[in-house]
Amino acid sequence: MTTAAPHTIAVVSAGLRDPSSTRLLADRLGEAAVRALAERGVVGHAVTVDLRPIAADLTTMLLTGVPSAAVREALETVTHADGVVAVSPIFSGSYNGLFKTFFDVVDDGALAGMPVLLGATAGTARHSLAVEHALRPLFAYLGAFTVPTGVFAATDDFGHSSGVRADDDVAPLADRVARGAAELAALVATRERKPPADPFALTESFEDLLRGT
Amino acid sequence: MDTTQPVQSAQPAPTADERRQMQFGIFSVSDITRDPTTGRTPTEHDRIRAVVAIAKKAEEVGLDVFALGEHHNPPFFSSSPTTTLAYIAAQTERILLSTATTLITTNDPVKIAEDYAMLQHLADGRVDLMMGRGNTGPVYPWFGQDIRNGIALAVENYALLHRLWREDVVDWEGKFRTPLQSFTSTPRPLHGVPPFVWHGSIRSPQIAEQAAYYGDGFFHNNIFWNIEHTQQMVRLYRQRFEHYGHGSPDQAIVGLGGQVFMRPNSQDAVREFRPYFDVAPVYGHGPSLEEFTALTPLTVGSPQQVIDRYAAMRDHVGDYQRQLFLMDHAGLPLETVLEQIEILGTEVVPALRRELAAGRPAHVPDAPTHAARVAAAGGPQDVTVYADADGVTGRSPAVQPA
Repeated sequence: MTTAAPHTIAVVSAGLRDPSSTRLLADRLGEAAVRALAERGVVGHAVTVDLRPIAADLTTMLLTGVPSAAVREALETVTHADGVVAVSPIFSGSYNGLFKTFFDVVDDGALAGMPVLLGATAGTARHSLAVEHALRPLFAYLGAFTVPTGVFAATDDFGHSSGVRADDDVAPLADRVARGAAELAALVATRERKPPADPFALTESFEDLLRGT
Repeated sequence: MDTTQPVQSAQPAPTADERRQMQFGIFSVSDITRDPTTGRTPTEHDRIRAVVAIAKKAEEVGLDVFALGEHHNPPFFSSSPTTTLAYIAAQTERILLSTATTLITTNDPVKIAEDYAMLQHLADGRVDLMMGRGNTGPVYPWFGQDIRNGIALAVENYALLHRLWREDVVDWEGKFRTPLQSFTSTPRPLHGVPPFVWHGSIRSPQIAEQAAYYGDGFFHNNIFWNIEHTQQMVRLYRQRFEHYGHGSPDQAIVGLGGQVFMRPNSQDAVREFRPYFDVAPVYGHGPSLEEFTALTPLTVGSPQQVIDRYAAMRDHVGDYQRQLFLMDHAGLPLETVLEQIEILGTEVVPALRRELAAGRPAHVPDAPTHAARVAAAGGPQDVTVYADADGVTGRSPAVQPA
């Protein structure tokens, strides 16, 4: 374990403002995941993939299929990672368009089996189930392993302290962050590490293709 | 010394070696697009006549190849490329005519074998094909196929086509087409040598593999791709070409796409092309001209800028055999397209031939031509399959007594 390359957690944030509470939550989840890995004796590091600076490039890729260097780097960071934290602001009841655009241009199958911790932010707690009804089905389609805890943060959550309070019916944000991160770390630490799928590698011989097998 | 310099050209005429090593040409996707500067949209008839003029101009200015796409939906007119290419063949003498691409997935391979062997005879061997899977999903159901079988169709159909051109009598059974018993595709390939085939693929490694397996050419139409991607696709093909025993990786037959717009002064080129770029099919309303030229091989500027950019392609993919340019698209008027072809043929290509000939190793093959391939096969053969005297009864050549 100690000689292996550090485990990479790609932290995707689709926040649109700067500073962004989505980015803030994403950073916290990434840091917590690295800490949770360390507790398991696994060296990890978080690499931020902020989608806002590549938003225009993503639109270009959507329209033309051509990835810019920045988009290629972002895609590579995510598809080559050992685990992914994916956080979107909730717009109109779902992830925002930027978040979806990014995952739309990821190669088919590139996130299959990838451990993923989902997160979302919104103005009020009324959107808290959006992680479950919007983000989780998307990652089910992508074939990713999402951890059971999805971390939702409403604006108010950033004012709560850690530790369960008697007058609170939900665990405060810091606790949810730690729980989600621990679940992600458990998956990442125990998952067999293999090189990401090489889109230029042939998976079957041409003789097999010819035989139609 | 060179004394055969064409009148309009600032470049010395290319040597015979330079001409053999690499083929330069143009390819058309046959789109009918409104000219955004005039608001005028050509008719199908205008564009069909224009493409003939474009092909003839390409020959006149010394280009080697004219290639035409195949589409089965508007805004494209070219559903029947053999008809167009035969018509062009009748009015030209030297230029090689190709498809770009022939839909190997939805066309019957038997019909491809027949049509292009016929074209090959009429054009005296000036024909090759580029196979592709098409980029319009509904073409599959329109022709009774399923897009999910795209790769499998390309593999099976080409395997049959390959045999039909090389075996006089074919017994065959596959998944996608009715079986054949004692079938002879006529006419037989000219001089016993089938048209050269390029396999076009933008991102499918299986197609690079297919090209390598047969020792055929690989054409990467990179006009919407970054050079790193192009490099990876070509490298895969070259490695697999060696794997299948056809030669060393640098002996594989590679073609690339390209896209340029030129004026003597680069600012003029940008000013004139931008309105077409901004609303062009595919990339219009998207990235800026500057972004797109940085990301892809599109080069808008002076002829020298085009020469510099395309002379550098081999630094990424190795010495290669064919370079095609997209010229007539996005609603550019015919006169402009003809001017562009003139600049390409007289200023850019002679310089590119010279630059790309420098340092090209002797073992890198020349671009394939019918004449060279016939010579390599030991000279022209008459491979006509003569039927029995009572062929009208449908008796097969296969049962003909020896």
